Amino acid sequence: MNNLTKDGKYMERAISKKIKTYNPEKIHGRAGWFFVFPFLAVFLVFTVYPMMDSFYLTFHKMEGYNISFAGLANYKQLINDELFWRSLGNTFLYLIIQVPVMLLLALILSIVVNSPKLRFRGAFRTMFFIPCVTSLVAYSIIFKMMFSSDGIINMSMQWMHIIQAPIQWLREPIAAKVLIIIALVWRWTGYNMMFFLSYLQNINKEYFEAADIDGANILQKFKHITMPLMKPILLFSAIMSTIGTLQLFDETFNITKGDPNYSTISISHYIYNQSFVYAPNFAYSATLSYVVVLILVVLSIIEFRVMGDEK
Amino acid sequence: MISKIQKARYVAKQGISKALIYILAIIGAFFSIFPFLWMIICSTNTNADILQKKLTLGSALLVNYKKLTELAAVWQSFFNSLFITVVAASGMIIVCSMAGYGFAKFNSRGKTRLYSFFILSMMIPFSTTMIPLFKMMVSFRIIDSFWAIIITALPSVFLLFFFRQNFASFPIQTIEAARLDGANEFYIFAGVVAPSMKSTYAAGAIWAFMREWNDFLWPLLVIQTPKKQTLTLMLSALNSAYFIDYGALMIAIVIATIPIAIIFFTLQRHFISGIVGTGK
Repeated sequence: MNNLTKDGKYMERAISKKIKTYNPEKIHGRAGWFFVFPFLAVFLVFTVYPMMDSFYLTFHKMEGYNISFAGLANYKQLINDELFWRSLGNTFLYLIIQVPVMLLLALILSIVVNSPKLRFRGAFRTMFFIPCVTSLVAYSIIFKMMFSSDGIINMSMQWMHIIQAPIQWLREPIAAKVLIIIALVWRWTGYNMMFFLSYLQNINKEYFEAADIDGANILQKFKHITMPLMKPILLFSAIMSTIGTLQLFDETFNITKGDPNYSTISISHYIYNQSFVYAPNFAYSATLSYVVVLILVVLSIIEFRVMGDEK
Repeated sequence: MISKIQKARYVAKQGISKALIYILAIIGAFFSIFPFLWMIICSTNTNADILQKKLTLGSALLVNYKKLTELAAVWQSFFNSLFITVVAASGMIIVCSMAGYGFAKFNSRGKTRLYSFFILSMMIPFSTTMIPLFKMMVSFRIIDSFWAIIITALPSVFLLFFFRQNFASFPIQTIEAARLDGANEFYIFAGVVAPSMKSTYAAGAIWAFMREWNDFLWPLLVIQTPKKQTLTLMLSALNSAYFIDYGALMIAIVIATIPIAIIFFTLQRHFISGIVGTGK
């Protein structure tokens, strides 16, 4: 009797042990980590560690390779750094003008190219996407040429009597900022259009047919069908574009060099200058970059609140 | 009953919206391709013609090409870029699609948290990690090496996100069926799931290829000898020369654009269907 229960217990234990070793859930979990592991490893080394190192640097001072604790000195320096505020202001200006304009244009183009009334849709779609095929450096160079004071843009605008004298795109602070915005809009509209288009093509056509029967016009259809269904991708594009604009570097570096008188320099460009052009100040530029992180987090939260719902 | 007036009004309305759509499409197409066409036109004209805003194709293509080869080692840079791009893009796609699959099909609480952490890290701009990465490359002794560009490109959070979104819609029944057949997990991924997601991989490949081919800031920091310059670095150097030969510069830009154009046009069929899942 006693032995039997003992055996029974052993048996139970053995079985449960066996179940444990052959637990499909566990194998499942292990396989999952196996797939995630390579990414996790490179991410820890090339993103997490640099992030922490950078944060550590913000409280230190670097002289050559000697690092000494400096408390909040970098942060204090930042408050009085006029050029930092200027580059931040420029970046914000790009952001609040370029991102909405670009997203609106991308939305219009995606609706146009999705319309059954348009023939050669494939050809149009390809043409709208062409700007994204050119590299950032390449198109920056092309724009710099087209917008030079005796360039083709000024020439054709004079020819059409839109302007009397050539606009100094590369020398006037305001015109130079406009030029950067035009360039950014040109380069990225087609890219965002592709994302919108992929969404539009998935909208059930019956919604539009039902709306047609009810006599809805284009704007009503847009407001009540397209917009609500496009919300997730709009939010996604808005956040990605915000991140992209705050990292703006190639264009200001290759079109205007941040000139005239720092009126077009972006925050990333300024951080680059602080690290590699002026007397290298790695600790200070790390501090600057953390301010960008803070701004991005705040902006993304705002974008989520404004455009997103419970998700 | 629809009266004749109503019908005429309907037809007119349809006509107006059709005209509007064509006008928007043509304006959009004109502005999109003009700089591109202009680049091609300029590459066939002499420097003097370009400065005079000649808008027709010229015959100086070969002259420009010859000048370019005198100014810069264009093919050297081309193959440098090609090597970096192909290796880095393949690596990124393998690493990120594996992780995307892991997150999409092997959910656990720990992984969900880790995934949110990855997504949040998209907020970290490159300028934050740039300096520690630079120091790290110095200590690894791979400054001025292509590997400094390749290995740091591997953890692309955007690609991870992209693959996870797309793998999420892959039918779990197919995976279960393969498991019942006794296939191991890696084979299920590499032999069953991945081959049936061609559009996703094509779209991911376009994205990765463009990103690496066009990368500028990081190569600018780590590449130091002219022989190892990538195409973007070479273009930027040509652009900041004191006397710029625009014909040569334009043909250099054309050469830099061709590979991306080829990749995009051969894979574009998959591109749209591939990015459908993103943003969901």
